[in-house]
Order: sequence, then C-alpha cells, then structure tokens
Amino acid sequence: MSASLRAEGLSVRLGDRDVLDGVSLALDAGQVTVILGPNGAGKSTLIGALAGLVPPRAGSVWLGDARLETLDRRLRARRIALLPQHTDIAWPISVRSLVELGRIPHQGAFGLGAPDRQAVDRALVRAGVEAFAHRPVAELSGGERARVLIARGLAGEADWLLADEPLTGLDPGHALDALALFRGEAARGAGVLLSLHDLDLAARIADRVIVLAEGRVQADGAPADALTSALLQRVYGVTAEVRIAAGRLRIDIVGRDGHVE
Amino acid sequence: MTRLEALLLAGLALLAFGSLWAGPVAMPLTVLLHPDDPRFIILTQLRLPRVLLAVLVGGAMGLSGAALQGYSRNALADPGVLGVSSMASAGAVIALYFGLTAVTPWALPVSAALGAALGGVLLMTLAGWSESATTFILAGVLLNTLGGAATALALSLAPGPWAQAEIINWLMGSLTDRSLDEVGLAAPFILAGCGLVFLTGRALDALTLGEAAAAGLGVSLRSLRVVLVAAVALSAGASVAVSGVIGFVGLIVPHLLRPHVGARPSALLRPSLIGGAILLVAADTAVRLAPTPAELKLGVAMAVIGAPFFLLVLVRGGVQGRWSAGR
Repeated sequence: MSASLRAEGLSVRLGDRDVLDGVSLALDAGQVTVILGPNGAGKSTLIGALAGLVPPRAGSVWLGDARLETLDRRLRARRIALLPQHTDIAWPISVRSLVELGRIPHQGAFGLGAPDRQAVDRALVRAGVEAFAHRPVAELSGGERARVLIARGLAGEADWLLADEPLTGLDPGHALDALALFRGEAARGAGVLLSLHDLDLAARIADRVIVLAEGRVQADGAPADALTSALLQRVYGVTAEVRIAAGRLRIDIVGRDGHVE
Repeated sequence: MTRLEALLLAGLALLAFGSLWAGPVAMPLTVLLHPDDPRFIILTQLRLPRVLLAVLVGGAMGLSGAALQGYSRNALADPGVLGVSSMASAGAVIALYFGLTAVTPWALPVSAALGAALGGVLLMTLAGWSESATTFILAGVLLNTLGGAATALALSLAPGPWAQAEIINWLMGSLTDRSLDEVGLAAPFILAGCGLVFLTGRALDALTLGEAAAAGLGVSLRSLRVVLVAAVALSAGASVAVSGVIGFVGLIVPHLLRPHVGARPSALLRPSLIGGAILLVAADTAVRLAPTPAELKLGVAMAVIGAPFFLLVLVRGGVQGRWSAGR
C-alpha cells in the first residue's frame, strides 16, 4: 500500500504571479488522473509541486504523513517519478543507458546493482522498447523516443508517476500506445497523474479529471461528471457538445466563445 | 576499470617513459644507478618535473572539460572556452604583481584558484539556470574578456619591463624549466579538485535529461554547482598557476573519447583524465624535441592544434547529441 500523495491549500507564486492559489487534492493509487486546463492554468507548476520541485508559498504537499519538502531528495525521488515536459536528451546515449537513469535515486555509490538492472529490464519490456535497447536514442523516431522516456519513468518503480504532457508530438496511434502504458502502470497499483490538452483522449483514459484554470481547481471528478459543456465554456471559452455515445464520453468542440464555426 | 581506461593508462605509461628518455642528451638506463651523474640530474630535475606536470595539468584539464561539458550539456565547454582559465590567470598575475609570491610560493596557486572560483561563480550566476548552450558560451566570452582586462591592467601597472616580461612569458603557457617544487605546489590542489569532480558523476548523468528531470531524480543542482565550481577552481586554478594558460585540452579530449564510452557523462570522466594527460605529455614532448630555434610555447602549440579542432566541432554540429536528439 503506497502512502497517499496530496496537496493541501497549495499556493505557488512565480515572479509576481500567483500560479497556484489554494489547490487541494488527493491523488488515488491505482488510478489514472488527468489534469486539464488552458495554457497557463498552472498544470506544469502543480505537477512540479507534487513532485517536490516547486516550493509552495502557502499550504503544502504531503506524502503519507510527511511534508514533501522535509523528505530527503533521493527518498522522495524513489517514491515519486517525474516525467517533465519537453525532455531534451543532451547526449547520444543508448536506450538502455537512458532508462538506467531512472534508477539514479536507488543507485549506490558503486553504480547499478543487480536489482537495478532487473528493474531496468522490466521497464524496457513493459514499455515495449527492449528490441532497440542498444540503439542510440539519437536514432529513434518521435514515437519510439516517447516510449523510451516513459520507460525511464517506469524504471524507478515509484508509487507515483507524474507526467507533464507526455503525448506532445505523438501521432494518434503512438499517443494511444503511450496511454496504454500509463493505464498498465495504474493497473499495477501505481498512482498516475498526466497533464493533457486533448479532451477526448483525457475522457477516454482518465478515471478522474482535474480541471485547472487560473491556479484553481474548477472541476474534479469522473470525466462524465466533470467535463460538462458549461465548464468547458467557462474554462476554455469554447462551445462544446458533450454526449455519451457507444458507452464513451464524446466531446466535440464546435466553436469559440459562442460562435459556432 | 574498463578496457579503454586500461589501454589509455598503458599508453600514458609508455609515453611518459619515452618522454623521460627522449632528448638531446642520451640517457642509458644505468643512469638510474648513479645519482651523481649529471645525466641523472637532467633526468630528475629537468625532464621528470615536466612529465609530472604535463600529467597533472593535462589530466586536470581533460577531466574539467568532461565535467563542464556534462554540466552545460554542451560539447564546446572547457575551462578555457568558459573563461575559468582566464580568470585563474588574472588571479595569478595579480599575485605576481603585488609580489605575494615572494611572501609564500603558495600565493600563486591559491590566488589562481580564487580567480578560477570567482570565474566559476560568475559563470553559474550568468548561465547557471539556463539550459541554453549559447548562454554558456556567451558567459564564457564575458569571463574571458574580464580575465583578459584584469591581466592587462596588472601588466600595464607592472613595475618595470622585467616584471612585464616575466608575466608575459608565464602567460603564454609552458612547462619549461619547472622544478619538482612546482609539482609539489600544484599537485595537492589538482588532486583534490579531481577527487571532487568524481563526486559529480551521477548528477552529470541525470542532467542528460535536463534540469527538471535531474531534480526529479533527486539530484540537488545547487550542491552540484558548488562541488563543480570548487573542483574546477582547484584543478584548473592550480594548473594555470604552474603552467600558464594551456587551452583546448579539456575541449579536445572528452570530445574524442565520448563515442567510445557510449556518451555517458560519468563514464567519460576517468578516460578524459587519462586522455588529457596523454595529450599534454605528447604535446610537451613534441615542443621540447621540435628543432625550432627557441622552444615553442606549449600554450601556443595547443592553440594551433585546438583552434581548428574547435571550428571542426562547431561546423560538424559538435553539440551533436543535442541537435541529433531532435532539437
């Protein structure tokens, strides 16, 4: 049973802007939670704060009964894996070396041990990238690269996996593959938090969506309950038709600010 | 130890041995048994200090280059390019100018290390939170200018032509006429600095994924910066103090070795240390044996090799990993 990860009254100020303003939420283990919200809503900041990398101005993030900022960095990194947005790989290392980086929080002074190597093997297999484990990452396609980066996140076998816009630049097929990976992690018992822009994909994958705008939680719940056309109008300024078709929530965006196009 | 490291070490041992025995004065092995033979003096007082300093300085430069490239995620970084050497040299020149070296010989390495540390702190402040290679290089340009200006100021105020000539001669970078005293002066700083660099391996690996991912992996970027500035200040500072500015070793060596270690920053550290030593022993032996009327300055020779190399790296998209990885 993993310790819960939750934010209580979390406020973050970056420069002179309140990016998060009194956000409270508790993530669920074994579920996929998706953060939605317009650009600048504070999604990345929330993910950073939940990973313990953004110091709060007020409120705090708790892992079990410990405040995140009091935890040792490496200990925290073992429990919470973070996949930041736009990861730029500096050197042409091999896929396997890249996935091994996910073991850094576990690694002793003498490099990788046998348990680390086994965890890397498992992550390579789960992400379906073991076939090209020895290729340099520089030679991979965008879809392969995204899977390898996710494998890096899996290698730490953390209780919580936080990914900031992991689907950026992926075609629909590869996006679904990546989402299946995250679903698989949740099925293993991990708590998964993703930020996405695609409402339809979010409705498809999420057990729960959290809609953020102007640093505040605007809606929180199962996709069918949270994603109403009134909310989408208010948060994104779009006119959307929301319906259930063939047992699935469908969201059609038909226009901007009341103007149907 | 990897096979590459063993190979490099064997190469270094051979080269160092060859360098001790090469020269206008023939040196039979039996010299070692006769400490009163003048040739024994040549071996131990002239050639040995040069080889030892070349190993220390070259190793320090190669290692600093590998660490700075890993930290800045940029294949064009080294203590010279980033202006740390130039700041170290300004520190050393100030010590020479104020006559501090007459008070204690330690003033030179300490003052150079302080100059290098100031350079490192400025570099991190100017470019520390930027992940852009350009910002780093521009910060280096600024530090090189600043270090050059401080040196020029000390030169123009120097008391008389003799002191000026002394400073200029030292600035050009060379290992000629160094004694075991200089080895003893530089070695503690260089060894301490190199030791510190090896503490950063894991953090440098994590930085392959950028600062946010590294922080997410539990790496403290602040302590990495502190350790790295101290390490480079000690090793590059002390190197500059005894040899003047010898550039490009830290640029060339990690770049050549990177493909052979799978490009992992931590795996590049030890080979770059040994490789830097090899390059400098080879270059110093070459300038010593070259049939030039006056001995070519080692710093000049390295610049002649290094500048075209820098250009080549730049033209071939030397920030290779960076661009080919989809940027």
